[in-house]
Amino acid sequence: MNAYEAVVIGGSAGGLEALEIILKTLPAGFPAPVAAVFHLSPDSDNYMVEYLNRNCRVWIKEAEDKEMIHPGRVYLAPPNYHLMVNTDRTLVLSAEPRINYSRPSIDPLFETAADVLGTRLVGVLLSGANRDGSRGMKRIKENGGLAVVQSPETTLAPQMVEAAMATVTADHVLPPDAIGALINRLFGKT
Amino acid sequence: MVCMDSNLQESRDIEIDLLLEAVFRKYGHDFRDYIRVHIKRRIDHRMRISGCEHISDMQHRVLYDRHFFEVFLQDFSINVTELFRDPSFYLTVRRDIVPVLKTYPHIKIWHAGCATGEEVYSMSILLREEGLSDKARIYATDYHRAVVQRAKRGVYPIENMKEYTLNYQKSGGRHSFADYYRADYGSAVLDRSLRDGIIFADHNLVTDGVFGDMHMVVCRNVLIYFNRDLQHRVIRLFMDSLLPGGFLCLGKKETLRFSGCDHLFEPVSNSEKIYKKRLFDSGDRIRRDL
Repeated sequence: MNAYEAVVIGGSAGGLEALEIILKTLPAGFPAPVAAVFHLSPDSDNYMVEYLNRNCRVWIKEAEDKEMIHPGRVYLAPPNYHLMVNTDRTLVLSAEPRINYSRPSIDPLFETAADVLGTRLVGVLLSGANRDGSRGMKRIKENGGLAVVQSPETTLAPQMVEAAMATVTADHVLPPDAIGALINRLFGKT
Repeated sequence: MVCMDSNLQESRDIEIDLLLEAVFRKYGHDFRDYIRVHIKRRIDHRMRISGCEHISDMQHRVLYDRHFFEVFLQDFSINVTELFRDPSFYLTVRRDIVPVLKTYPHIKIWHAGCATGEEVYSMSILLREEGLSDKARIYATDYHRAVVQRAKRGVYPIENMKEYTLNYQKSGGRHSFADYYRADYGSAVLDRSLRDGIIFADHNLVTDGVFGDMHMVVCRNVLIYFNRDLQHRVIRLFMDSLLPGGFLCLGKKETLRFSGCDHLFEPVSNSEKIYKKRLFDSGDRIRRDL
């Protein structure tokens, strides 16, 4: 049986490039759900979802409010809404104020996922030029989950992973392709 | 590992149930059907600030300290809104809804959950530019009295005006946005005449009744905080408040799809979540046809 049940990923400047590398390593039928927050402009369209779907074997979709979580799917937070995991394990959206100057913000996804999934959660923080995600990573570690960060020298903007590494001891510090390999290993595919 | 102790989690869930029950029984505000994770985050936030060690301590304070209850109520109202938030929504209203509204001798619009009023004034500006001000009446309601008072004042931080001006321009605005407010010590005070025709009132979507004979109900980014059951009840309330052919406007990420009411409306704009109440209940017709 897998020790882990779900993956959350967050990133900002330069993070989408790293996300693409990671998602490309995942096979069709990947046995866990992935939820991700990336800082996008409030009026960005569906381009990112379409682009990733063309290049990846897992199914990437924009997260919908009150949606059930299914394995093998990647849920991206829509622009201008926060994405969170509700206590009944559905995904929920919120139009609350910006957190860390961002909406969507990484912290609320990581914190709420950590509260629901505890030791069965893998958190991945990627390239970005702000401090979003640090509190979320802290909560993931406190609740016994696994904290993975992109190695700063492979990021376009290292501030986000450096802030997280100053807050918590990451379990793995890796370049994006190695993060992909790690996730595959954790969920029983090599 | 604290949060993963399921025993502790269960106890905390019971405490939250009791807290919400206490608030409902003492003050009539019903948060029991709100999405749980939102409730939990707000309670956690207030616990950190107020120094309450347990949720049960908060329950005690809410029951015996009116001021603390007001703070609690403030925590639960989600007051983020902008002038011309989602400009494409207003553009669609101008293009597709206004021509229909122009055919009526008078118009009644209900902004349900109006928060601090930004979207209400946006509508007021739009109606003025479309020559509909004189025959339109807007009812702007929220459950939180203090918030309704703020909406009534129409005073907003001046630093937001740059963003709002951009929103206004993208929404199809035809004038200089600066004509609609004046700067006053770091605030933007909206033109008082925009308030003509707006009636501000407190109304609780969870516990209060119908606002009748509406041509349009605008309720954006409110239903996402409600569970399916409560969403269903509130959409019923809107349904009963709307005239046949009236418009229901929801937030960009809200939908009628799971409400059990979708057969009562037809979509006007799928991307902007604008629906039109059918002239007859298609469910009834199907039953009659059978």
